Amino acid sequence: MTGMEGRPTRPATPSASATATVSGHRGLAMEQPLIFELDAPGRTGVDLPAPPPVASRLGALARQGPIGLPGLAEPQVVRHYTRLSQKNYAIDAGLYPLGSCTMKHNPRLNERLARLPGFADLHPMQPTGTTQGALELIDMVAHWLKVLTGMPAVALSPGAGAHGELCGMVAIRAALEDRGDARRRVLVPASAHGTNPATAAAIGYTVDELPADARGRVDLAALTAKLGPDVAAIMLTNPNTCGVFENDIVEIARRVHAAGAFFYCDGANFNAIVGRVRPGDLGIDAMHINLHKTFSTPHGGGGPGSGPVVLSAALAPFAPVPWVVHGDKGFRLVETGEGDAKPFGRLKGFHGQMGMFVRALAYMLSHGGDGLLQASSDAVLAANYVLARLSDVMSAPYPGPCMHECLFDDRFLKDTGVTTLDFAKAMIDEGYHPMTVYFPLVVHGAMLIEPTESESKDSLDRFVETMRALASRAKAGDAAFFHEAPRLAPRRRLDETRAARQPVLRWRPTAPPQAAE
Amino acid sequence: MRYLPLTEVDRRGMLAAIGVPSMDNLYQDVPESARLKRPLALPDHQGELAVERALSELAARNLPASAVPSFLGAGAYRHHVPAAVDHLIQRGEFLTSYTPYQPEISQGTLQYLFEFQTQVALLTGMEVANASMYDGATACVEAVMMAIRLTKRKKAVLSGGLHPHYRDVAATLARYTGFELDMAAPDPTGAEDLATRIDGETACVVVQYPAVFGHIRDLTGLAQACHAKGALLIVAVTEIVSLGAIRAPGDMGADIVAAEGQALGNGLNFGGPYLGLFATREKFVRQMPGRLCGQTVDAEGRRGFVLTLSTREQHIRREKATSNICTNSGLCALAFTIHLSLLGEAGLRQLAALNHAAAVTLAERLARVPGVSLVSDQFFNEFTLRLPKPAAAVVDALAERRILGGVPARRLWPERPELGHLLLVAATEVNTPTEMAAFATALEEVLR
Amino acid sequence: MSDLKFTEEHEWVRVEGDVAVCGISDYAQDQLGDVVYVELPAVGSKVVKLTEIAVVESVKAASDIYAPVSGEVIAVNETLTEQPNVVNADPTGEGWFFQIQLSDPAELDDLMDEDAYRTYVEELS
Repeated sequence: MTGMEGRPTRPATPSASATATVSGHRGLAMEQPLIFELDAPGRTGVDLPAPPPVASRLGALARQGPIGLPGLAEPQVVRHYTRLSQKNYAIDAGLYPLGSCTMKHNPRLNERLARLPGFADLHPMQPTGTTQGALELIDMVAHWLKVLTGMPAVALSPGAGAHGELCGMVAIRAALEDRGDARRRVLVPASAHGTNPATAAAIGYTVDELPADARGRVDLAALTAKLGPDVAAIMLTNPNTCGVFENDIVEIARRVHAAGAFFYCDGANFNAIVGRVRPGDLGIDAMHINLHKTFSTPHGGGGPGSGPVVLSAALAPFAPVPWVVHGDKGFRLVETGEGDAKPFGRLKGFHGQMGMFVRALAYMLSHGGDGLLQASSDAVLAANYVLARLSDVMSAPYPGPCMHECLFDDRFLKDTGVTTLDFAKAMIDEGYHPMTVYFPLVVHGAMLIEPTESESKDSLDRFVETMRALASRAKAGDAAFFHEAPRLAPRRRLDETRAARQPVLRWRPTAPPQAAE
Repeated sequence: MRYLPLTEVDRRGMLAAIGVPSMDNLYQDVPESARLKRPLALPDHQGELAVERALSELAARNLPASAVPSFLGAGAYRHHVPAAVDHLIQRGEFLTSYTPYQPEISQGTLQYLFEFQTQVALLTGMEVANASMYDGATACVEAVMMAIRLTKRKKAVLSGGLHPHYRDVAATLARYTGFELDMAAPDPTGAEDLATRIDGETACVVVQYPAVFGHIRDLTGLAQACHAKGALLIVAVTEIVSLGAIRAPGDMGADIVAAEGQALGNGLNFGGPYLGLFATREKFVRQMPGRLCGQTVDAEGRRGFVLTLSTREQHIRREKATSNICTNSGLCALAFTIHLSLLGEAGLRQLAALNHAAAVTLAERLARVPGVSLVSDQFFNEFTLRLPKPAAAVVDALAERRILGGVPARRLWPERPELGHLLLVAATEVNTPTEMAAFATALEEVLR
Repeated sequence: MSDLKFTEEHEWVRVEGDVAVCGISDYAQDQLGDVVYVELPAVGSKVVKLTEIAVVESVKAASDIYAPVSGEVIAVNETLTEQPNVVNADPTGEGWFFQIQLSDPAELDDLMDEDAYRTYVEELS
């Protein structure tokens, strides 16, 4: 067997309700049924005119019978989603130190600008003469990304980070095939995001795992030993998922290139080095940038993302369609390739995540070159501050300094009966979203903390004091306190075992109704 | 700098607590040769007003589809989105939360995803749906790859009524992930016979419903032909509102429905972000890509929701995952589900009827323009016209008259000169009789 | 001491004539947590020692199970499909995964006996 590190996924023992009420509500924490349980047939939240009489052109395909959608009036809908929203943690509400996810402030100006009719109401297939401002905006985003990364080209269409990885890796394969080179192996560190090996495998590469050295970095000797004429690429995250900068990166790039391979960089952590280090100066061939991380487009509960990929001169000809060019008649879209380009194809409908480009550009213009540098510096400063203030009570597997996130393992919980998961759940009761747990996989019981530049020193200090108090409590032997946590969240621990053993993935009319509104 | 709370005093204090003299010490691992020693050639920070001016100026140089009579479809549709939708999705608890990895404090996101999955399953006539994908085109190719995993076959047949972007995304993945495509020629009239292309190597047939040219065809026979040969039928839907008026793909035997959900709750946004919908049969659920939300109970026995069946996904399965996909389109899914909740059964049916009525009215009016003929017979809210002149030039001339008069087929099939006179036209509930009359008049002028 | 033999990958084998009954060890099920899904090989398939032939999943982990010996799969434990929890409850009994008709009984000599396996596991943790 391989990869068998699991963890408890159901509550250890059933708990009595802490505060039973007649309604099920607990003060401002409202219970809310499913929309399907609020249904009254015929009710609607819209007033539409009666359709004019026409001779139907649907033929025998006209829908017969009901769909089964519930009917609610607008006040019910607004209340439903308002109550649901109140069951979510959010950056707006508190520190959200999810390592490798970069939960920083989302400026509201960016939301306003993305909703300007001149952007939001543009159809992607309008004549380009009617969308010159939009095409120029895309060109500006490309310019900023190229300057910030020191790379000559950027493919903007990928819909998210993993989609960007696919774009970069396909570009690498296209370039190799173009020179008649059938390499089939990709080197990926054990600490990588799961998307890295998944992407390489999806496009037919064999994944070869690279070990980490004692400092959480790529073992240069091991890398050199694995390089060979069948290696297509290395996929490396830098700063890496242990929160440290790969200090051998320039040498790694040199050796990878000397072996005839390409260097893909997972740019998830670009936010640590913006304005201070350009990936183009490190020898990188392709790197995706998560606009929702580095440039703070909202995470929205899990998307939409946007994952532009910057490309080296060697890979630029293989960039996917479409792209924007500027000519004597203004801006236009290249949708099938032209000139010397050898585009590898298309990755997505239309031209990319325009709504995210508007937000990202607003973020870049607001910060400016000076502000982006200050933001990355503050993010690194905050993470090192947390690392310094927690190192004596928690256990850091690797020495600092770190970059924008700091990594701890569970050695400080040894023999306490408290696991990383328990510790995380106790943070919930203290009003904090837990850090990333059990990732990266190279560290036992990992806790990856990314405070971001959005926190004041007061906020960081309160967080640190809370973490110190929890660590002390765990060491003092109060395991039950942690096993019971969270007590104060909208839900206690959920039975994930049951969810997976007997999947219930949708509501069905036969389900017994729950508490009324 | 308004987004950065740390003061210079804070920064000095924090460096002291860390025990280093300057920020440079924290970047000590960066090789000397890679350190930027100068500021980048970028402007300095700006206030809200200045940024708003700069971007508003760019926005003003576009002609929004909302400002003029506009009849574009071809995979992206303009509908009226109720005001409550945008208000609710901008609540910070939705907008600024992450993937619901900690379910105890993410029940809001998880419950709406569960409701969303149910709505998508109902609408498509399928048993289960996932928590969304990037867009319709990527959902479609994920469906093809899922069919390849399920059937252990390597060939997909693509209808000539499939949106060319969907086809091209599939072609890119086919080439680099190693499967074959049998692509039918563009099919403006819906006359193609795909059943004859199915053989023992066929993993799936992909057909769009309504087709990119607008026509709708009963897929029951095609589903039977697929199943007789052990292949799966994948139905792509680019205008999800259509399913309020026409039979659900699931009722006709679809095995996977891959759809674009933009038309409900989401704006045109020049092509993104959009919302991939993905629904299938329960028995295929372990081969499904993307996130799934499931119902369970908490320690007190109260109903709650979690992300489930995650072992399919890259963060656990790594190189053996069903897909490399990580992100979904959470906020777009929220907009979709809120819009659909506001509509309800009655509202969606009526909205679809309005769309159909608008398209029929417009098609009949435009077909009376001299030299213009209607190519589509049965359709929902989108149809194809044959013009007496190249459609691209006609559309440009209409745009000069401030009418966005559809998508020339050549824009989507530049390699097909024989489609040069075809124009794809859509009408929805937002198009008034006045707009339609203006379109007809302008088209007459342009063609004269 | 039991009649079980173990691999370094935490599969166990119980030999009954020329058939090897196989499953995962108590240590393995404990590491995985609650088992929620088991994917079994096809009866009749020919398997080679140390190749992946089955999958066991908990909520947060998915593990490949390797064939401890070479031969033909002659039976699989269908109970696990409906009741994967049996793997947790009785890993070396009712929680068996598959039975292999041995093609090379000499391969059994490469496996650890229970004492050796216990020592091996202790060294891991």
